[in-house]
Amino acid sequence: MMNHILKKLETALLTLAVFGANAAWAVNDLPGGPAVRQLNLHPPVTKIAEEQVWLHWFMLIICTVIFLAVFGVMFYSVWKHRKSVGHKSANFHESVKVEIAWTVVPFIIVILMALPATKAVVASKDTSNAELTIKVTGYQWKWGYDYIKGEGEGIGFISTLDNAQREMSNSGKPEPTDDYLLKVDNPLVVPVGKKIRIITTSNDVIHSFAVNSFGIKQDAIPGFVRDTWFRAEQTGDFRGQCQELCGKEHAYMPIHVKVVTAEEYTAWVAAENKKMAAKQDDPNKVWTLAELTQKGEKVYAANCAACHQATGKALGSVKALDGAAVVLDADASKQINVLLNGQNNAMPAWKQLSDTEIAAVISFTKNNWSNQTGQLVQPADVRAARQ
Amino acid sequence: MSAVLDPHGHGAADHGHDHHHGAPHGWKRWVYATNHKDIGTLYLLFAFAMLIIGGVLALLIRAELFQPGLQFVNPELFNQFTTMHGLIMVFGAIMPAFVGFANWMIPLQIGASDMAFARMNNFSFWLMIPAALMLAGSFFMAGGAPAAGWTLYAPLTLQMGPSMDAAIFALHLLGASSIMGSINIIVTILNMRAPGMTLMKMPMFVWTWLITAYLLIAVMPVLAGAITMTLTDRHFGTTFFNPAGGGDPVMYQHIFWFFGHPEVYIMILPAFGIISQIVPAFSRKKLFGYASMVYATSSIAILSFIVWAHHMYTTGMPVTGQLFFMYATMLISVPTGVKVFNWIATMWKGSMTFETPMLFAVGFIFVFTMGGFTGLILSMAPIDLQLQDGYYVVAHFHYVLVAGSLFTMFAGYYYWVPKWTGVMYNETLGKIHFWWTLISFNVTFFPMHFLGLAGMPRRYADYPMQFADFNALASVGAFAFGIAQVFFFFFIVLPTMRGKGEPAPQRPWEAAEGLEWEVPSPAPFHTFETPPKLNKDANRILA
Repeated sequence: MMNHILKKLETALLTLAVFGANAAWAVNDLPGGPAVRQLNLHPPVTKIAEEQVWLHWFMLIICTVIFLAVFGVMFYSVWKHRKSVGHKSANFHESVKVEIAWTVVPFIIVILMALPATKAVVASKDTSNAELTIKVTGYQWKWGYDYIKGEGEGIGFISTLDNAQREMSNSGKPEPTDDYLLKVDNPLVVPVGKKIRIITTSNDVIHSFAVNSFGIKQDAIPGFVRDTWFRAEQTGDFRGQCQELCGKEHAYMPIHVKVVTAEEYTAWVAAENKKMAAKQDDPNKVWTLAELTQKGEKVYAANCAACHQATGKALGSVKALDGAAVVLDADASKQINVLLNGQNNAMPAWKQLSDTEIAAVISFTKNNWSNQTGQLVQPADVRAARQ
Repeated sequence: MSAVLDPHGHGAADHGHDHHHGAPHGWKRWVYATNHKDIGTLYLLFAFAMLIIGGVLALLIRAELFQPGLQFVNPELFNQFTTMHGLIMVFGAIMPAFVGFANWMIPLQIGASDMAFARMNNFSFWLMIPAALMLAGSFFMAGGAPAAGWTLYAPLTLQMGPSMDAAIFALHLLGASSIMGSINIIVTILNMRAPGMTLMKMPMFVWTWLITAYLLIAVMPVLAGAITMTLTDRHFGTTFFNPAGGGDPVMYQHIFWFFGHPEVYIMILPAFGIISQIVPAFSRKKLFGYASMVYATSSIAILSFIVWAHHMYTTGMPVTGQLFFMYATMLISVPTGVKVFNWIATMWKGSMTFETPMLFAVGFIFVFTMGGFTGLILSMAPIDLQLQDGYYVVAHFHYVLVAGSLFTMFAGYYYWVPKWTGVMYNETLGKIHFWWTLISFNVTFFPMHFLGLAGMPRRYADYPMQFADFNALASVGAFAFGIAQVFFFFFIVLPTMRGKGEPAPQRPWEAAEGLEWEVPSPAPFHTFETPPKLNKDANRILA
């Protein structure tokens, strides 16, 4: 009998353990990103973040002490001044002196709190004398990075969430992954120890560019530019996520900043420049269908699959591409127009893609799934449509 | 609310003349209601219904967030849930519930026969029904409900489907209803007090509502302006907030939060009033520092107009702007602290008992203060850069809105329900409701502080796996919290409405003061038809 009960208990405990392990998702801390069951702010990597962490502790300790003192008094009273222990109520209900005291003392405490905070605000707002300036553009739903001043000037690229992770999210059963929803194709690369000025703006709605370890968070506002800055004091990979609700894929536009040494940065800039030169396709080149669809498949995965899905059948209110009239239409100008200008507020404009990319992705959709039209669109067609 | 279900229930023979007037019966009693008690009941029931709808949306959100990955809804629908949860709770549940309390209690507490404008009172309630239908019905419109967040930030609102317009009209109607309600409350308080009830002798609940009503009149039109501009941007080619035409999306945020921050105090000041009534009653001691309570409430109301941009530290304000709003915000903690100190001083050397209203009141002071402290931490712009738009903020405002406003309404319900219905609620069940609610509330929202510090952004349908455990915990807590409120309705509210329970004496609480305890339980359909003669403290009727 005893054995039987023990067996039962063991099974129950095992089940719990399995559930517990499942709940822990068998993931590890992500350096520069969140840690498992993290309880406090990220370890700071900039002076500003260090100051924020200090300020937070400073506030937390003062608030906790006041909280304990005030509620110590209250619970003492709850304990001692009860009718059930025979306490008779006193008659006082006014005291100007006490009222003045507990107005003035908190006022002084608040001023003391404000002093170090003021210093930190002023420091975080000083974006002058930057060694490298990068423009960050929010798109629905990806980040664009343009190096506009300093070493690497002229480099520009788009950074999107790894599509495999996006699909994992949709499946409802994501594999345990340390950088789940934080992995991008092209991280922002910056040199260590240099003052980096970030200029934010947006192409559509408000986004917010944030990296916790750097202590920065700056809204990216369409039609306006704003700026912030950081100076990373160690190399490594640091993560952030869009912080301002920007539509349905809000949770799927992470930020990955790679901080590298000065030498590595110089090498990266050289490689990037070479890549860009190679990318400069001859705009008048006439592509074959195979070349275009092959390139288009990549463009599709990086930009379109999040909404239209790899199957082309889309989800929810997004329009399916598989079998869509506008895709099948022999007149490609309609589809080019949708890509360049967007449609019905739902489909964003994609004019930031190159002519070749747009031509490739259109050709891809015209010749994939059940859409076997054999039609192809050349970069020159897109260029013509832009004018 | 036997007053609800049985118009004859107030039985006292001396009110036979109710029938002489032809007391309203059946549906006409409610549709044509002009009696402040009936309208108060309608408001409270409406608010509870909306609380349940908003609560179901919250549980759908928590169900999705129980584990990483999308199991139940797509991100688009998820955004609709968060948006509608916010709108329904703020405009459908919390605000109307306090108006319900005001309708029931203000005339009783100041010795007035009814609200000043009885038919406008009726209209301001019934306006909310089409508004609520339009708001909740937007889920069934093309493209689903609005998904731009309850703050309705431009230019995301410009991308929304037709349901956005429905929500805007619904908010217009709710705003109009609030303004009418506020005018009614102000006129009632200023003109209809019984002789001898001077302003500085009014119960605290009346005082806080007087101040709240002024706040409402000041800021509801501002909201109406902001959403009307959104509407014309959407349909009539204006570009107030549309950057494509030179509009300024940040301007929207300034206007919205100029409404939104006083709105926060609109949802908490009446709560302060209810607590200031309950704590003295169960401490058997007068409220400590009555005058300073009035001044503190007024200071909070005035300061609430100059702190709005602390919601916008990350928009990129100039350094002087950030400093100004930081200082002003921190200053609010001073009068708020005074209130907490006064409540504790009221309890000090009292003779306390802990019936359910007092439990909720003490629970409120304790948990609300935690929300106050996280507010102080958030007010510091440098720390806010880490926490803005994250789960720390979500934890903070649920600590002040759920543990603040909602707990107080529960406290107020338990305190006044004997007067409303003429029966006592079941004390044991009330205590179960309190402890269950308090514990599940903290299980739900406390872990969110950690999520926020670790950087989890709000309004995310899916999240990195390191956040999984605290999210699972919060979801479990949320369901427990939801079940507690269903329990509350079926086992506590319904029995009292049906008149089941011990008959309540006229003064169910030993030391509760105020004119509402001078009338029988349940309160007769008509009270104070002739102005009562009051004692010098204006809390007793002289025979």
